[in-house]
Amino acid sequence: MTQPAISVRNVSKRFGETLVLKDINLEVPRGQVSCLIGPSGSGKSTLLRCMAFLEEASAGMIEIEGEPLGFSEKDGKRRRQTAAELRRTRSKIGMVFQQFNLWPHMTALGNVSMALRRVRGLSRKDAEERAMAQLVKVGLEARAGHYPSQLSGGQQQRVAIARALALDPTIMLFDEPTSALDPELTGEVLNVMRALADEGMTMVVVTHEIGFAASVGNNVCFLDHGQLLFHDTPEAVFAAPRHPRLEQFLDTYLDRGAQMLR
Amino acid sequence: MTWTLFELLLQASLMTIFVSVTSILLGLAFAIGLSAMRMSGIGPLVWFARIFISFFRGVPLLVQLLLIFNLLPAIGISLSSLATALIGLSLCTAAYQAENLRGGFEGVPRGLIESAEMAGLSPVQSFIWIRTPIALRLTFPALVNEAILILKSSSLVSVVGMIELTKMAQNLAASTYMPLPIFASAGLIYLAINWIVAIAGRRAEAALPGLPAK
Repeated sequence: MTQPAISVRNVSKRFGETLVLKDINLEVPRGQVSCLIGPSGSGKSTLLRCMAFLEEASAGMIEIEGEPLGFSEKDGKRRRQTAAELRRTRSKIGMVFQQFNLWPHMTALGNVSMALRRVRGLSRKDAEERAMAQLVKVGLEARAGHYPSQLSGGQQQRVAIARALALDPTIMLFDEPTSALDPELTGEVLNVMRALADEGMTMVVVTHEIGFAASVGNNVCFLDHGQLLFHDTPEAVFAAPRHPRLEQFLDTYLDRGAQMLR
Repeated sequence: MTWTLFELLLQASLMTIFVSVTSILLGLAFAIGLSAMRMSGIGPLVWFARIFISFFRGVPLLVQLLLIFNLLPAIGISLSSLATALIGLSLCTAAYQAENLRGGFEGVPRGLIESAEMAGLSPVQSFIWIRTPIALRLTFPALVNEAILILKSSSLVSVVGMIELTKMAQNLAASTYMPLPIFASAGLIYLAINWIVAIAGRRAEAALPGLPAK
């Protein structure tokens, strides 16, 4: 079997007294779109943030393409990695946030070229050339000189995707990428993500867009109360929900859709 | 009140402007350094920054200037009046600016630091390229305010032998026996300078691109 892009082994996460992730085991296959769904507070965002080491798992190990992330394991004990080790493993990951998190004092082009210049050491000209190519890819070359405050939410999120892609990650993590957007702006972001999926990018997407999960996702994970209840193909998860919590979650979602039609 | 007298005051105000601008900029650089120390999490640096800030905020500038002026020669360092004035003013404003900046650094949304981290920036790079520019923008109005305060406080450096606007006015008033028109002119010059600073500050603030969404 080929090595998974991300492997999550026995990961638990505790915030004080609350256990938000309970012994999660998950393998994210390469070249596929894996969607994490579940009610709010189910731990899906926390799990995604653990995959980027923005949250430290309280127990367990996460490996990115076989390399341990954040902690190394030796004789069954976890050791915190050095900053350099962490940065090296993390360089395979691109992250897209719910709130876009573009740097407000830089233009779109500045945001995308920043790390190319300061981290990868490219000259200004080369960095901007590559950044521009990424902006073209998300259809925003005409907005290169705009500051985030001059862009719509959907445009900001597309710049954020370009910024992550500019560093040539092999895995892209999306943390509710459309939740902060007006409904009419979600489409443009989902389209960019769909195109990325078609190119074979490994993607992990925390989302409430069940339609996206069903049509683009290769596999769907359903989390509830910190537990991974299901991990299967979208057909298996959505066509015949077997678990009462999943049924309830999908019902609520469908209800919401139905209410809009009334 | 003659034009010659007014010209002398204007010339002296150039010294006021020079001392103030230099101190503000030096103080800003020190303040960024102090903020970095304070947030470094390294015990001795944190304490150094704290003690520095509480001393220079807690002791009157006049006393600080006299201390520096008398203390340094006592330990064998002789400095010009100008150097003493610049050290005193810039260290004092550094303490205030560091406190202003602290609010700015705390106001940088966590997500912006996380996105810098994910882009591979080291903590130092993130401090230089992301956190500091945003903190400066957030605290820019306080910086303009501090610049105005320092312009006025610069009148105190006459105690270390500097001849700036206030000292020149005192000298002229004493030699011409015309204190009222002379001090009124000095006051107007201060007012004009600070008015320009305030307007320039507002213009600059409006031109600064994108603050993080509130």
